[in-house]
Parts: sequence; C-alpha cells; structure tokens
Amino acid sequence: MTYASDVAALARKDLLLELRSRDTLPAMLLFVVSALVVFHFALPAEESERAETGLLWIAIVFTALLGLTRAFAAERDQGLLDGLVLAPCDRSAIWLAKCISVVAFLVVAEAVALPSFALFFGPVGWELVVAVALADIGIAAVGTLLSAVAAASRARELVLPLLFLPLAIPIVIGGVGASLAGNPASFLGFLALYDTIFAILSWASFEYVVTE
Amino acid sequence: MIRARQLSKRFGEKRVLAGLDLDVARGEFLLVTGPNGAGKTTLLRLIAGLAAPTGGELDVDIDRAEVGFLAHEPLVYRELTALENLELYGRLYRLPDRGERTGMLLERFGLWRSRNERTATFSRGMLQRLALCRTFLHDPALYLLDEPFAALDTEGADLLARELEERRAGRTAVVATHDPEPLQSLATGRLVLA
Repeated sequence: MTYASDVAALARKDLLLELRSRDTLPAMLLFVVSALVVFHFALPAEESERAETGLLWIAIVFTALLGLTRAFAAERDQGLLDGLVLAPCDRSAIWLAKCISVVAFLVVAEAVALPSFALFFGPVGWELVVAVALADIGIAAVGTLLSAVAAASRARELVLPLLFLPLAIPIVIGGVGASLAGNPASFLGFLALYDTIFAILSWASFEYVVTE
Repeated sequence: MIRARQLSKRFGEKRVLAGLDLDVARGEFLLVTGPNGAGKTTLLRLIAGLAAPTGGELDVDIDRAEVGFLAHEPLVYRELTALENLELYGRLYRLPDRGERTGMLLERFGLWRSRNERTATFSRGMLQRLALCRTFLHDPALYLLDEPFAALDTEGADLLARELEERRAGRTAVVATHDPEPLQSLATGRLVLA
C-alpha cells in the first residue's frame, strides 16, 4: 500500500504541476493537430490508407516526444530529483508516477488527434484505438526512463530523440500493423509484449539512472 | 556514523576531493569550511548518497529516511504552494502526523501566512526558510546542511541557530558554511577543506 500511495502522491503532483503551468499539454495538442492538418494538405487525394495511418503514428510518436522532453523539466531545472531520490520511497515509484502522467497527457492529446484524423482522412476503427492505448503504455515506459537519462545530460534536447526514436520503431510497426492488417491480434499482442518487456526493464533500471 | 578513508572525487579531469579521512561519531556536530571549490558541497552529496566516490571508502551508517539534506537549491516545486510541497514530502517520508508537523514548522519559520502561495512568488530568503522546513520535517537523525544561513535575514538566521540548538541532542550534523561563527558554540569538530 505504501508503494501505491507514494506513486499516487507523485502522480498527483505531476498532474497538478501541469494543470497550473500548462507547459506541456497545450503544446502537444497544438502540435498533433497541426501535424495532421499539414499531412492532410501534403498527401495527394488518392493516397493509400497505409500512408495515412503511417502519418498518424508519426504524429503520435513526435507528439509523445514533445511531452517526454518536458517530463523531468521541473526536476531538472530546480535540481528536485535530489529531494525525491533522498526520500525513503522506492525510486521506481518516481518512474511509475511519471509514466502515469505521461499516459494521461497522451490520452488527452489522442482524444483530440483521433477525431481530427477521422475528420481529415477516414474512420477510426477499434483496432486503431486499442493499438494507440497499448502504444501509450510502451511510449510512457521507455520514454520516461530515457527522459530521466536525457535530463542528466547537457545535450538533453538531442539525447532524448536519439535514444527514443529507435526504440519507438517497434511501436510504429505494431501500431500500423494493427490498424491495417486483416488480423490485428498478432500486432496487438506484439505491442502488449513490447509494453511488458520495456515496462519491466525501465522499472528495474530507473534507480540506476537517477543515482550517480 | 560516517567513516571515510582516502575519499576522493573527480569530475572529469578536475579533482575536487583527494585522500580525505573523516570520522563522525553519532551526536557530533561537524563544521566544514573552506574556500569556494574546496569540495564542501561534494562531500555532503557523497555522504547523502547523491554522488558516488571515485576513490577510497565511505561508510555512512544510517538509513536514508533519517537524513535531512539542505542543498543549494531549496528542492521545492515552484508551481506548488509551501503547504503542498511539505505535504508531498510528508507523504513520501510517511509521516503520520504530517499536518501537525507541517503547520508547526511553517509557523516557526514565519511562513504560515504564505502557506497557500505558490513558491514561485517567494523571495530567496523565504525559499531558504521553506527548504529548512523541508529538511526538518521528518525530524532526521543526521543533518547535512549546505550553507544553511544563505539568503536568511537576521531573524531567519536566529531562528535557524535556535532550531539547531533545540534539535542538537542525539542528532548528528555536518554543516558546510563560509560563516562558522553562529554555529561555533554547537560545533564539536571542524574540518577545513583546502
């Protein structure tokens, strides 16, 4: 119970910070809608469903990257990670709480992105919605860990995309596959497997990332 | 409680601490002085476990829940109020009576009236007072204080000196400061870093 209450306290703090500062979410919303508008006008009218779905996933991954860049902004700018690391709670609780807030921001961004996609390109199937939900978990798991790594480096704006984008390739493959394949179950299973593996790895390794 | 042998720390090519031997017994009050860049902050961070030594040995015989660390930065969220910050730390330190302790400390350090203001609006001195509240919140057995009088006015400095005196019994302290004078009467030892 103490682990859960630590996570709840930290996640509540992260959501409260965003609610007050409004640094991250408005930027994510604006970016994802702008990207879809640009894609709508850039693609030829007779473009395939595969290209459209691919572009949606690119928009989702880059929107997530935008949010992840800010995930540890408060801790990084004010040296606050020291305060959290010194607290007697399990350090992985910091990672899990950040994951929860990243997922929350992604869900809000996608609540706008998916209807926008339906408006500009075509209908959104249940497979796409499930794939996006599974992708959010994987993005948050890997991205939060890498965001903490990047926060400790001087070239953080460069480090995060360089580390995150290669690891996001399986998410795009699984997401596009689940959205277009006749039998999406295998691709959804692949995304669930990715989530499980990377969530365990990130959860277990976060302590080493935040301590020297 | 703290035992260091040939402790050293490098940041790349720069050697900050070299071959430091140190023993701090339970109940001691050690003042650490020295010029800028002598390694005072680094020593406190090593003892707190926030940095790893690059050479030598360091044993700190205490649970991290019992360490109170005052850093250069106040370690509080600027978008949260003073009360919300202390409430967060109180939860993480699992203090059953955190409401009472938080209120008592805010009152004692003269921040009660500002408790519901976001700390982004606080002056540097108020932030230092809040950082002290955060450090004392869980009643730690080991204080690691880095320039505790920084940015405090005379009243704040008196408050801090009084607070440390009241909390002196049974607690250990390592205090890095440029101005050891106000704490001279409490000190049981002094380490001068060159």
